[in-house]
Amino acid sequence: MSTDIHALSGAYAIDALDDEERADFEQHLADCPTCQAEVDGLREAAATIAEIHATQPPAAMRQRVLDDIRTVRPLPPLVQRSTGRRAGSVRRRWVGLVAAAAAVIALGGIVWHPWDRPSSGPQLSAVTQVERAPDVQRFTTKGPDGSEMTVYRSVSLNRAAVVAHDLADAPEGKVYQLWLQDPAGVMRPAGFLAAGTSTSAPLTGAVSTAEGAGMTVEPAGGSPAPTSDPVALVAFTS
Amino acid sequence: MSDLRPVPGGAPDEGAPSGPDLAGLLRQSARGDESAFAEVYDAVSAKVYGLAVRVVRNPAQAEEVAQESLLEVWRTASRYDPDRGSPMAWILTIVHRRAVDRVRSAESATRRDAAYHDRNRSVSHDETAEAATASLEAHRVRSALSTLTEVQREAVELAYLQGYTHTEIARALDLPVGTAKTRIRDGLIRLRDTMGVGSGR
Repeated sequence: MSTDIHALSGAYAIDALDDEERADFEQHLADCPTCQAEVDGLREAAATIAEIHATQPPAAMRQRVLDDIRTVRPLPPLVQRSTGRRAGSVRRRWVGLVAAAAAVIALGGIVWHPWDRPSSGPQLSAVTQVERAPDVQRFTTKGPDGSEMTVYRSVSLNRAAVVAHDLADAPEGKVYQLWLQDPAGVMRPAGFLAAGTSTSAPLTGAVSTAEGAGMTVEPAGGSPAPTSDPVALVAFTS
Repeated sequence: MSDLRPVPGGAPDEGAPSGPDLAGLLRQSARGDESAFAEVYDAVSAKVYGLAVRVVRNPAQAEEVAQESLLEVWRTASRYDPDRGSPMAWILTIVHRRAVDRVRSAESATRRDAAYHDRNRSVSHDETAEAATASLEAHRVRSALSTLTEVQREAVELAYLQGYTHTEIARALDLPVGTAKTRIRDGLIRLRDTMGVGSGR
């Protein structure tokens, strides 16, 4: 199995994996410096191909880009954050947070336009299946450092997935753990999300009855209950 | 591997002959230096836009992808890690990812349009963008690509330039699943070693 997953390094380096394979491989990468070094080297190789295709952009693009950057603050360097609170108190506070998030997210929780029939074949990844479900709901929020996070949820499929952009690495020795809040207000472990410029993962658990989803920074391997405040949180509103 | 060259960590901006110090300019950009970023733009925009156009095809959309990518480079400049590779590779990785996302989501949005579907899924080997660049570096890359086997080059190009997943490549070329990913990896390894970039860490 592990030799098998190493073989995906080339396809991963040039974005030739589907969402699910990518999430799996990114989880593997977190623990495999050999693969990480190989991916870095293969990206270096792929980037040389762009040399052949260099094309001058339209002249007006330069000013547009320079205007754009004026409106965006560059991210500060990553620093270690100290976490570590008692799980019980954190969990109780979450209920209030999810309720507060509900008030805000109700505006953003629109029913997403379905592109396709719910299941177009077994090759679709879990994430894609949710995104294409006829009853898919879409909730967006900001994650750590201003990253964009979107949760897709389909009650009929009892599935949900989270998609993030520009998610910075978790502090060393930590992971991003996903949670679903059950109707009793308890946060249930729902998987992990790898860092990356564009990353995704299914949320596992009782999705259709869950009232919200969140993400925390946890020690590697994850925790049975959140040990820190959520870095992202959405309330499911129907 | 026998090609002795400094690894990227020790030599910022390898590969681009006598170009500006991109790693240094990125560090300045991370602190909000807009004129440093203008220099980054001038050094990378042709490759950024060229890659976006090659993958996305539609020039207006490619321009959007290029702009969004450059904004991301600005925003995340502090995350660039010289130990992991050259600034150019880091930037082009961002561009490629966004370009591939764009073609895939455009495709799922128009999946029901059969004409579009057929036109885009058939394996076409056009070399339209081959013409332009006559630089010495481009010549080196072409020679390096010519050391790949035909099937390796085909797999790498379908993935990198057309945004296919390895499973789609396997299907398009009637290969057993698993074959395409091996060809991509083997091809990229050969390209890496021939170009003498990013290996040996």
